[in-house]
Amino acid sequence: MKERKPIEGISIEKTEKLIKDTLAHFPDKAREKREPHVGANEPSVSSCAVKSNRKVVPGVMSQRGCAYAGAKGVVWGPIRDMIHVSHGPVGCGVYSWGTRRNLMQGIPGVTSFPLDFTSDFQERDIVYGGDIKLEKLIREADELFPLNKGLSVLSECPVGLIGDDINAVAKKMEKELDKFVIPCNCEGFRGVSQSLGHHISNDSIRDHAIGKRKFVEKAGPYDIALIGDYNIGGDVWAAKPILEEIGLNVKSIWTGDGEIEKIAATHSVKLNLIHCYRSMNYMCKVMEEKWDIPWLEYNFFGPTKIEESLRNIAECFDDKIKKNVEKVIKKYRPMMKAVVEEYKPRLDGKTAMLFVGGLRPRHTVGAYEDLGVQITGTGYEFAHQDDYDRTAPEMAKGTLIYDDVSEFELEEYVKELKPDLVGSGIKEKYVFQKAGIPFRQMHSWDYSGPYHGYEGFEIFARDVDMAINSPTWGLVKSPF
Amino acid sequence: MSEAAVVEKVRNVTEHTSEEVEKVKNWINTEEYKEKNFAREALVVNPAHACQPLGAQMVASGFEGSLPFVHGSQGCASYFRSTFTRHFREPSAATCDAMTEDGAVFGGQNNLFEGLENAYSIYKPKMIPVYTTCMPEVIGDDLTAFIRNAKNDGRIPEDLPTPYANTPSFNGTHLHGYDSMIKAVLQNLTTDQKVEDKCTGKLNIIPGFDGNVGNLREYKRICDMMDIPYTMLADISDVFDSGCDGEYKMYPGGTKLEDAADSINAKATISMQKYSTTSTMKWVGREFSGASEILPMPFGIKKTDDLLLKLAELFGKEIPAELKAERARAVDAMTDAHQYIHGKKFAIFGDPDYVIGIVTFLLEMGARPWHVLVSRATKKFQKEMDALLASSMYGEGCTCYVNKDLWHMRSLLMTDPVEGIIGDTHGKWAARDAKIPLFRVGFPIIDRVNLHRTPVVGYNGAISLLSMIANKFLDITDETCEDQWFEMMR
Repeated sequence: MKERKPIEGISIEKTEKLIKDTLAHFPDKAREKREPHVGANEPSVSSCAVKSNRKVVPGVMSQRGCAYAGAKGVVWGPIRDMIHVSHGPVGCGVYSWGTRRNLMQGIPGVTSFPLDFTSDFQERDIVYGGDIKLEKLIREADELFPLNKGLSVLSECPVGLIGDDINAVAKKMEKELDKFVIPCNCEGFRGVSQSLGHHISNDSIRDHAIGKRKFVEKAGPYDIALIGDYNIGGDVWAAKPILEEIGLNVKSIWTGDGEIEKIAATHSVKLNLIHCYRSMNYMCKVMEEKWDIPWLEYNFFGPTKIEESLRNIAECFDDKIKKNVEKVIKKYRPMMKAVVEEYKPRLDGKTAMLFVGGLRPRHTVGAYEDLGVQITGTGYEFAHQDDYDRTAPEMAKGTLIYDDVSEFELEEYVKELKPDLVGSGIKEKYVFQKAGIPFRQMHSWDYSGPYHGYEGFEIFARDVDMAINSPTWGLVKSPF
Repeated sequence: MSEAAVVEKVRNVTEHTSEEVEKVKNWINTEEYKEKNFAREALVVNPAHACQPLGAQMVASGFEGSLPFVHGSQGCASYFRSTFTRHFREPSAATCDAMTEDGAVFGGQNNLFEGLENAYSIYKPKMIPVYTTCMPEVIGDDLTAFIRNAKNDGRIPEDLPTPYANTPSFNGTHLHGYDSMIKAVLQNLTTDQKVEDKCTGKLNIIPGFDGNVGNLREYKRICDMMDIPYTMLADISDVFDSGCDGEYKMYPGGTKLEDAADSINAKATISMQKYSTTSTMKWVGREFSGASEILPMPFGIKKTDDLLLKLAELFGKEIPAELKAERARAVDAMTDAHQYIHGKKFAIFGDPDYVIGIVTFLLEMGARPWHVLVSRATKKFQKEMDALLASSMYGEGCTCYVNKDLWHMRSLLMTDPVEGIIGDTHGKWAARDAKIPLFRVGFPIIDRVNLHRTPVVGYNGAISLLSMIANKFLDITDETCEDQWFEMMR
């Protein structure tokens, strides 16, 4: 990959000084813990020096969530035809109800279940255990929502601590109901972030779902699965049509607007295309080992990356697909050119800083660049080393890379680098907007979207322009 | 088993037929379904309440220089912050000691030590209120000892206020967390502050768990108009409604700690919510010098009258002419618009004190609070609501449901429809299914802008509520009537 052109005013020395000055405010032990997690980018090295996937430093105000959040919010929640039970006290289910924007088709309460199902644990459940209640709850849920295709049981902190056996209950109920009842031991105290929740959820799909169903129609040479697209703001609905247009047959989606039986039948596809590597690479590897299904990472943010990805995908198939890909690229170029021509004049030369989740801190870089916006800093809430290794080449030399950045650090970094836009989450949003810095939520697309695919780029470009160039920012400074 | 036999066990992917879907779609709207739905014992679907530490965090955010501190899993802290930020569209700072599996085994003292030390030196708070998530509650962490030890160990200064509350999520709701935390903060800050025969002459106002900062500002405005000096305790109005002036302030407001400390010597203390301050007000009644009163939230005219009369009585003040004029204007608005609301049936859900207030207002308008639902409440509340409904002819036939959730409410709306629903954003699914407008009042409101800034209490609040409801009904008439019924005037 060609190295990014240097960004004016950014150098390794300056960035390292910024890091040092910022962490100087921390007590010794916290500083020592945080130092390895921040660095100046060195695009040419094979392994990014920034360390990741370690415990949050207590008290620093991390933005991370927990394993339950990774399981309920990310992997399981988007599967539309299952009942997802937040097993434990009432809060977790309430806070994660409808707050991720994983849109789904279906009739709510009939064929899709964007509701909050919980066992609402009380003190007596902690004392006597919740297994009997869970069993009863599953029966009640199945009776009241008979068209569900299965249930997932997502355990909250107390469940693991009191030694309940949700796996035994799930096994019993799966037999009784004759449909999927999948336990997921994703208590919030497990692991160091959402990430372990993804992994545990992948494992429960491996242990309880994959291989247990088959498609009625015969397998074809162009059958693929779309992995790690959660349909935030309708992303799946912008990405899937492109894959279909190039002649591929999308058999299942993991898990945005997904269906459990199709997910369980995915082992018959020819290729797994994975967007969010962090949250779903585990199952891609399982399917590769067990069923010889190759997998390929792709990136559908912005025309440059879309074209690059489509050509990579084409390489996995015959000439028919290759031809289709070129046709599709040609077809959408004028549309993309028009988008760039409209927005780039107002955005060229601007800079942005990102701090997001699974794939966006690297995957969206190209889309910004298509609009002339350069990224001066990026980082992940819950990434691992392999994510950072994939990030380094996407960023210019000397740019700032931060892992699990605390509120204090991010504020200091932004103050110094003065980006024209910060793209991060809801907890960070108003901190920067109060300071007069344009901001877009990049987990939820700030209630906009889709951002994936050709259709999504147009919306992304409009939103970035709107954020940076809103006349409201001109009113922040009072004349008196 | 041979491989072939295993393969045979793999079942086909199935699709529901459109007949099946149609059947269930209709069935879930029936009386028969409602009965099944109301018979469930274990499953909760779409509850309208949250957990204790959320309420504790609201209190912990409401003091000057105060940094809320969650002892437990970091995911909880992120959920609470996100919840407040989504509702207020404001930053919501809170930190956490990020307990993980080893914490579950060895207890959370080390996390708390490190967390307090880092939080104090990085964010320089004047106070760190500590409250718990499920995890330390289940394993039995001893906060009293841990915080004492942290100070003895020099992690934080001895004189840094560190009030703390046990707020297990498997007990009570966000309202109990609010209660425990505000009591803990006041106990901490007022220790040794009581001075014999001293009276500050001030009024303490405890707003309760109220996501409407406009309400808090309205209470303060009323006090100003009546020339009553006051201290609002856990005052989130500037914290969660701060301006955008180009500078982020981590601590943009809140009750001054010295005012909170001196609150024990006040002339009187009033709580604006009964159910989120029950144990606090018992304690205040025992320990504080002045009078203490729990008042209902002043929704509508009469409850606002009661508030003003009570303040006048406690402070020996006249009710000023401007407030009398405000009252008259509100009554004028209500008489002008009564025809658009009179006799209309409503479903109301939310926190007990809010629900009592809204029902009071509806009864004043001659509307019928047909279904009243609180998803976690006591028998005492049920009795209070029953008595309120019985106090008016418009309450006749109306029913109060406690410990029922919003999926129960959906059944009620489908089998026994109403014309309007009043509650928070979580009601939008049921409202959409039933094709009944939802008037967003309460917490959280995460799908509309600025509603948390417009007061729903006091005389002005009555006008706002009334306008919101009546105008929506008129919009619906204009949007849905046939051409021959479309008119210039309404």
